[in-house]
Amino acid sequence: MRTHSVLRTSTKLLMPPIMLFALYVQFHGDYGPGGGFQAGVIFAVAFILFTLIFGPARARRVAPEWVTTPMCALGVLLYAGVGVATMLLGGTYLDYNMLAHDPHHGQHLGILLVELGVGLTVWAVMVTIFLTFVERHAQREAAADPDAEEDGHA
Amino acid sequence: MPSLLSQNLPALQVVLPLIAAPLCLFLRPPKLAWLFALAVSGAAFAIAVALVGAVAANGAFNYEMGGWAAPWGIEYVIDPLDSFMLCLVTGIATLVLIYAGPSVEAEIPRGQIPVFYVLFLLCLTGLLGMVATGDVFNLFVFLEISSLSTYALVAMGRDPRALTAAYRYLILGSLGATFYVIGIGLLYMMTGTLNMEDLARRIPEVGETRTISVAIAFLAVGLALKLALFPLHKWLPGAYTHAPSVVTAFLAATATKVAIYVLVRIFFTVLGPIDAFQTLPAAMSETQVVSILAILAMLSGSAVAIFQYNLKRLFAYSSIAQVGYMILGISMASITGMTGGLVHMINHAMIKGAVFMALGAVILRIGACDIRRLDGLGYRMPVTMAAFVIAALSLIGVPGTSGFISKLYLVKGAMEAQNWVMVTAVLVSSLLAVIYIWRVLEVAYFRAAPADAPKVREAPLVMLAPLWILALANIYFGLETTYSVGLTEAAADFILNYVPGEGPTWEHPLFDDGHGYGADHGPGHGGGHVPEAEQGAHAPGVDL
Repeated sequence: MRTHSVLRTSTKLLMPPIMLFALYVQFHGDYGPGGGFQAGVIFAVAFILFTLIFGPARARRVAPEWVTTPMCALGVLLYAGVGVATMLLGGTYLDYNMLAHDPHHGQHLGILLVELGVGLTVWAVMVTIFLTFVERHAQREAAADPDAEEDGHA
Repeated sequence: MPSLLSQNLPALQVVLPLIAAPLCLFLRPPKLAWLFALAVSGAAFAIAVALVGAVAANGAFNYEMGGWAAPWGIEYVIDPLDSFMLCLVTGIATLVLIYAGPSVEAEIPRGQIPVFYVLFLLCLTGLLGMVATGDVFNLFVFLEISSLSTYALVAMGRDPRALTAAYRYLILGSLGATFYVIGIGLLYMMTGTLNMEDLARRIPEVGETRTISVAIAFLAVGLALKLALFPLHKWLPGAYTHAPSVVTAFLAATATKVAIYVLVRIFFTVLGPIDAFQTLPAAMSETQVVSILAILAMLSGSAVAIFQYNLKRLFAYSSIAQVGYMILGISMASITGMTGGLVHMINHAMIKGAVFMALGAVILRIGACDIRRLDGLGYRMPVTMAAFVIAALSLIGVPGTSGFISKLYLVKGAMEAQNWVMVTAVLVSSLLAVIYIWRVLEVAYFRAAPADAPKVREAPLVMLAPLWILALANIYFGLETTYSVGLTEAAADFILNYVPGEGPTWEHPLFDDGHGYGADHGPGHGGGHVPEAEQGAHAPGVDL
């Protein structure tokens, strides 16, 4: 893949807008179409594209296992934690009205946090699943043919 | 604080294991993860018992998620059927988790043990959510949570064949779930609502349409796949045989039971007002498809079990037969029959829980549970095998054990309906059970252990204690039926005489008018209700 400079350059160009769009989908999700799930997937797509072009080893430098695995759990904890917080504040589970003095602000804050949790988990799970498969493949290839590193996995 | 706790019990029932599951991932030492999971499921059991008390005192009640009122938001409904199911699932989960410690350490690679407990708690979350929720789409989400974690749990078995078994389970289970979601999609199309009570209220208007008939067909097939009703049972033997022992005990005692619960819930309450179960995939009155399938399951499951060598596989086939008993009882659609079917759910959970726990102990000490290697086992592991014998007798239905009670009610129900085929089928299937149980007992007690057999110790106490609790529960519930039959009779009565409550009488502030919308608009037209696609993203409990 080292010789494919068009692919490498266009990937580098595409990565920032993809990530930015993911963030837009994430934080604009309360007003328009979108939300945590979609944003998490789009954000993961940036990583997957990167892995396809530059290989799993470099992707793992950005998203090492000790980051992605706890992230899977952290997102769920954030989501469930907001629910528990609203219960402790006297509402029902996920009653965002309790989160601020003004119910409007409460709803806003609640959905923001919950969607953030969803986004984190979805991103982490997508990246984990993809890298797990790719790394298995890479290991097997490396075991079968030590020179195979050059041609990547596209 | 106490009131804060008690008013949120229905949510906590599901949320507690949900929030505990990711926490478990951070507990690296296996012992710690085990004790944490055990504490959580013990607490969940306490909540379930409290809910039984609350329902017994005040009748069914609901809980609005996120403060959104019922037909628009997601509500949790706890009625007599729910409360006993919650008790059953959490009780079995707690016993299985007590038992899990040594067995999991022996069968799962050390690094994966925290993940194992994460998946176990997620599975528990899913099962509890399916029972507690009052919303058909939310039910689908929990169905997927429990199924997906179950596939991974099955795949953790030591045997490489666990992977193919899990894969087969994944494919068939996903088919079942897809059929279910197509079914509720069609219901939503016709009624514009996903709330169970609201569906029951609106369904009679459109009950005659072909769309609803198709929806019922999809729901019936999808759920039959999930609960492993005969011809759709092929995922079950492999999954039970190759899964880790703890998982087999938990699945056999809860997963198919909850699927049966969902069948009862959908067909007798959501679709109850149009008598979907009695008329379409007909039961007693017309073509009797369901009863015939149940009878075939009872006979074929028991007959196939006779020829198995692997004991886990043997009892997996026996489980298929037992699912047949439960469905037979339910298909009678009478109070006695329904009670028989539901009480057999409890009793079979105790029987199979004990049986698979005993087999897990045998695997821990002997290394396998192939019938050809178990000569004289009754003398080598007397305490384990004694509990196994009690559970096995209960499986046959010997008087004085809980299995007898369920068969008594099934036969009573069949006699009430004057259906002698059913009576005969129950008796014949029980005789077949005698044969396969006898094969095991003969090997274990009437043959001497081979002279060169290494001495084996009994299983550790933490495994024997829950095993014996279940074995003794089999005897207790065989003699004293106030709780098992009492609870299920209340549940059967509630289910068969279910009438949806009145709809909300107040006008929703966001609606143009409170009740002017027909089936083609749905109640969400005014903007207050969250339409289906968005509900996926915003409603509590849906998006994970």
